[in-house]
Amino acid sequence: MEVRDLFEQLDYGPAPESDNQAIQWLKERDNCLDHFIGGEWTTPESGEYFASHNPANGELLAMVADGNEADVNRAVAAAADALEGWVAMGGHGRARYLYAMARHIQKNSRLFSVLESLDNGKPIRESRDIDIPLVARHFYHHAGWAQVMGEQFPGYRPIGVVGQIIPWNFPMLMLAWKVAPALAMGNTVVLKPAEFTSATAVLFASMCREIGLPRGVFNLVLGDHKAGEALTGHQEIGKLAFTGSTEVGRILRKATAGTGKKLTLELGGKSPYMVFEDSDLDSVVEGLVDAIWFNQGQVCCAGSRLLVQESVAERLYAKIKRRMSKLLVGDSLDKGIDIGALVDQTQLDRVKSMVELGVEEGGRIWQPRCELPEGGHFYPPTLLTDVQPSATLAQEEIFGPVLVATTFRTPAEAVALANNSRYGLAASVWTENINLALDIAPQLKAGTVWVNCTNVFDAASGFGGYRESGFGREGGREGLYEYLKPFWESRLSMDPVQQLPRFVPAEELPDNETPDIDRTPKLYIGGKQVRPDGGYSNAAYNATGTVIAEIPAGNRKDIRNAVEAARKATGWGTATAHNRAQVIYYIAENLNARRDEFVRRIAELSGRELVQAEAELELCIQRIYYYAAMCDKYDSQVHSTPMRNVTLAMKEPLGVIGIVCPEEAGLLGFVSTIMPAIAMGNRVVVVPSGHYALLSCDFYQVLDTSDLPGGVVNIVTGDQEVLAEVLAKHYDIEGMWYWGNRKGSRMVESEAAATMKRTWVNYGLYHDWEDDEQGQGESFLRKSTEIKNIWIPYGE
Amino acid sequence: MSYDADLFGRIRINRSAVERRAASIGTRRSIKKDYQAAWLLRAVSCIDLTTLSGDDTPGNVRRLCQKARRPVRGDLLQALGVADLNITTGAVCVYHNLIETAVKELEGSSIPVAAVSTGFPAGQIPLQLKLAQVRESVAAGASEIDIVISRALVLTGDWKSLYDEVRAYREACGEAHLKTILATGELATLSNVAKASWVCMMGGADFIKTSTGKESVNATLPYSLVMVRAIRDYLELTGFRIGYKPAGGISKAKDALNYMILMKEELGKQWLTSSLFRFGASSLLGDIERQLEHHVTGSYSAQYRHPAG
Repeated sequence: MEVRDLFEQLDYGPAPESDNQAIQWLKERDNCLDHFIGGEWTTPESGEYFASHNPANGELLAMVADGNEADVNRAVAAAADALEGWVAMGGHGRARYLYAMARHIQKNSRLFSVLESLDNGKPIRESRDIDIPLVARHFYHHAGWAQVMGEQFPGYRPIGVVGQIIPWNFPMLMLAWKVAPALAMGNTVVLKPAEFTSATAVLFASMCREIGLPRGVFNLVLGDHKAGEALTGHQEIGKLAFTGSTEVGRILRKATAGTGKKLTLELGGKSPYMVFEDSDLDSVVEGLVDAIWFNQGQVCCAGSRLLVQESVAERLYAKIKRRMSKLLVGDSLDKGIDIGALVDQTQLDRVKSMVELGVEEGGRIWQPRCELPEGGHFYPPTLLTDVQPSATLAQEEIFGPVLVATTFRTPAEAVALANNSRYGLAASVWTENINLALDIAPQLKAGTVWVNCTNVFDAASGFGGYRESGFGREGGREGLYEYLKPFWESRLSMDPVQQLPRFVPAEELPDNETPDIDRTPKLYIGGKQVRPDGGYSNAAYNATGTVIAEIPAGNRKDIRNAVEAARKATGWGTATAHNRAQVIYYIAENLNARRDEFVRRIAELSGRELVQAEAELELCIQRIYYYAAMCDKYDSQVHSTPMRNVTLAMKEPLGVIGIVCPEEAGLLGFVSTIMPAIAMGNRVVVVPSGHYALLSCDFYQVLDTSDLPGGVVNIVTGDQEVLAEVLAKHYDIEGMWYWGNRKGSRMVESEAAATMKRTWVNYGLYHDWEDDEQGQGESFLRKSTEIKNIWIPYGE
Repeated sequence: MSYDADLFGRIRINRSAVERRAASIGTRRSIKKDYQAAWLLRAVSCIDLTTLSGDDTPGNVRRLCQKARRPVRGDLLQALGVADLNITTGAVCVYHNLIETAVKELEGSSIPVAAVSTGFPAGQIPLQLKLAQVRESVAAGASEIDIVISRALVLTGDWKSLYDEVRAYREACGEAHLKTILATGELATLSNVAKASWVCMMGGADFIKTSTGKESVNATLPYSLVMVRAIRDYLELTGFRIGYKPAGGISKAKDALNYMILMKEELGKQWLTSSLFRFGASSLLGDIERQLEHHVTGSYSAQYRHPAG
C-alpha cells in the first residue's frame, strides 16, 4: 500500500519484533533442550524428548527432555552435594551471584523477552516491559536479602534442598519468584518448569554457567508430571514450592502430608474486581484491560469477576465494550498487539467450552468484532454480564480473556459477593473514597488487595493466597520465611520433654466421709459452660491414678457447635490490639489471683512438687504477659515498592483456628498455644490435653471473669485424636494446629487439603514448652497471622 | 448547551491510574516504516504552526506563513508519493497584532489564522477588554480564536462564572472557531482539568486546548487522556464532536505519534484530522521533517537541510 493511502487510512500496520537471535539461540542447541544438573547439560535418562510449539503459529520450537525419577534423583543429589558450600559461602558471596544474575538478565533482556513470547504466546510488550524487568528486579532485591540475611534473620537457617514446580503462564517470572529467595537464603534448588514452557529456564541455566554459579546450586529438570511427581515424593527435599492449579496443589498437599516437608502453594483464583459508583470509570476500564486482558487472562490473580455497583453498571458496561473493540489480537511478537495466543490447544478448548457453559447458564455474552489470526490458539476478548454467583463461571477459574460481571447494591453486599468464593488470591477495589477503600480492603479474603490499580507486583511485597488459593507468600520479608527454618525446630525432641505422670488407675472408691459438693466440669462454648452433646464423660485421674473428676467427652457435634460459636465471635478480630491486650493482661491478673488453687491442681495432676507447679504457673503468667504485650507490637509493615504508593503488608488473624494441645504439657501447653492465636485476633476451638483437661476446665472460669468475649476461646474436652480429625475435616476453620503423634500430623495435613487450611503440626516431635525459644515467640505469632498486601497508589 | 453542574460536579479522576494508562499509550502500539511516514504527514497537517513572542515582527510571521504553506521539502513529498496532496499545516497561530500580516500572507491558501486572545497567556485583564479583543481579532481576519480561561474561577470553584465567560467568548467569536485554553498546569488537579473541560464544552468551545505553552508544565499525555475522555463523554451525551489541541512541549515526532495514538484509541480515527485535532507547536515540524527525510533516504537528517520557518 502507498503512503498516500496509508495517509487516509491511518492504520497501525505490522510492527514485528525480530526473533532472529532467539531462533539462533535455539539452533545453537540443535533445537533441543536438556536438563541442567550439577552444572552440566544432561540428557534425559529415558532418552525421550517431547515437542514444544510456538502457540501463535504452531511451529515447532524445540524438543524438550522428558524428565523422570532417575533425572530427578540425579538433580537432587547434585543439589545436596552443593548445599554445604553454598551455605558456607555466606550472605555476601551469595549476594554477588544473585547480583550477577540480575545484571545478566538485564543485559540479555531482549533475548529473554523474545524467547518467552515465542514459547508462551504472550505479547512481546508484556514480556519486554513487565515480566523480564520484574525478573531482574526480583534478583536485585534478593541479592540484598542474601547480603543482610545474617543480621535480619538471626536464629534462622536455610532449609536445604528445595524442589520448585512452576507454571507456564509466567515462566521466567515464576522462576525468579522461586529461585531468588531460595538461593538468597542459602538453599539449593531443583526446579521443574511447565512442560509447555521450558525455554527461558534453559536460558537462565546457561546464564548460571556463564556467571560461574557453583555446580549443583541451581538444577533444572525438564518434563511433565512424571518429573513433578518424582520431585514431590523425593525424600531429600526439605521443601516444595508450587505454583499452579488448585487441583494439583491439593494433590501435593496430600502427597507431602506428614513428611515434614515445608510446602508453599500458590494456586488458582477468581479474583473480584469491585467498582463503586464514585470511581473514575475510564480508569476502571483501563484497569480491567490490565486485569483480565493481560497475558490472555492466563493469570492466577486476574481480576476475572467484575462486581459493579448497580447505579453505574450500564455506563461501565458500555465503556468496557467500547474499549474491548479497540483491543488487538495477534502474533505474540507484534509490538502493537494487546492479546496474544493462549498457550495450548487444550487451554483454548477449555476456554471455549466454559464460555458456552456460561451462556447456557444465563450469562449475556458480548465479543467485539475482531480479527483473529489463523493458525494459533487465539480467543477474542469476551464479556459476560448477568453472571450471578450461582453460575459456574462466577465460581470457577476460566484462565482466559473472559470477564464475568454482576452487580451489587451496597458496600456490605459487595464484600459478601467478593468473599463468596473458595478462592482468595487477589482483589481490586475501585473508589475515590479512601474511607470506603480502607474499610473494604481488610474485609476481603484475599492475599493482595489493589486499590485503584490491578496486577501490580514487586519483589518487596509478598504475594500469595487465602483459602483455596493456597498458602505461603512470595516476595518481601514475609516470603523469605518460606525458605528458612528456625534453629530451634531442629532441636525438637523425639521423646516428650515434659513427662506425663505414670500411674495405674486405682479402683478404690472415695472413703465414706461427707462428700465434697460434686463439681461438674463442662465444655466451654460461646462463652457458656455446656454439657457435651453425647452425654458421656471420661474419668480424670490425679498423678497417682485416683479418679478426681469426670471430664465431658466431647463429640463431633460439640466441635460443630464450638466452630459455630467461634465463627460468630467476629468482633474479636476487629477489636483494637490495645483492647485485646487489656483482656489478655486481665486473664493473667485473674489467673494470678487464683494461683494457689491452680498450683495445687498442677501438682495434683502432674505429681510434681508444689514448688515446680508454682514455677509452671509463673511461666504461664509470663507467657500470657508476653502475648498481651505483643498484641500491638507484632504489627504491620509498609513495603518500599518502586511506585508512588503505600504497600501495606497488613497482618491479619487467620480467623478460626482449631488447636489440639500437647498432651504432656498441661496448663503451660494450653496457655502457650492458645494465647498467641487470640492475641492476634483469632478465635480458637481448643482440644486440651486429655490428662490435664481439668486444668482447662478450671481455666475457663478465669476466661469468664476476664471480659473475654464469648466464642473467642472454645474448649472441647475429649479424645484428642477423634476430635482432631473432626476439626481437620471441618470446612469452616482457617487454621489447624496439632501437637500429637506422627500419624495425626499426617492426617491433619492431608485432610487440610480439602479447603487448604493453614496447618502447624509437630510430626510427632516434642517441644520443650518450658524453653522460651520452643514455647513462645515470633514463630507462634507468624503462624497466627496471614499477611495481606494492600496497594494504595496516591496522588491527586 | 445550558449550564448543568450535575453533569460534571461529581467527576473524580484517579491520577495514578491515568498516569499508568498514559505510560502504556506509546508501548502498546507501534507504527513503523511507511505507516509511520503517513502518520507523520498527517501530524504535519494538524499542526498550528505557532509564534508567540514579544519580538515577533511582520517579517518572521511572513516567513512562518510560507513555511505553513510548504511545510515539507518538495523532493521528500515527491519521494513519498504525496506531492499532489497539497499538505499544509493546520493553521498559523499568532498574537493579535500580527493577524493581518498572516492573513495577507496566507491569501489563496485554505490555511486559517488563529489568534491568541483574552489577555493571553495569563488572562489577568478585565472581561470587557477580553471580549473586545476577541471581537477585534475576528474583525482583523482571524478565523480561530484561542482564548485563555480565568484560572481563578477554576481554583475557587466558580464554575458558573467560568461558563458565563466562555458563553460570552462564544458569542464574541461569531463564526470564528473558539478554542479554550485550560492552562492545565495551573489547575492543580486532574479532576479540575476534567471539570474545566466540561464547562468549556458546555459554554460552546469548538476545541479544548491544554496550555498556552507559557506554563511551567504544558501538554502531557495524562492531561490529554483526561480531556479527551471528557470529549468522549460529552459526545455521548450531546452528539457534538469537540476538537482537541495539546500545546506546548511537543517537539519530537515520537511524541506526536503518541498523541495521535491516544486520539485514535480513545476517540477514533475521526479525531486525526485538522478539523478535530491540532498540535500547538513551533519546533515539532522540524523534527518531523528530519524523520521524513530519514525515511526516504535511510540516512539521519540535519536541521539545516530543511527550510526555516
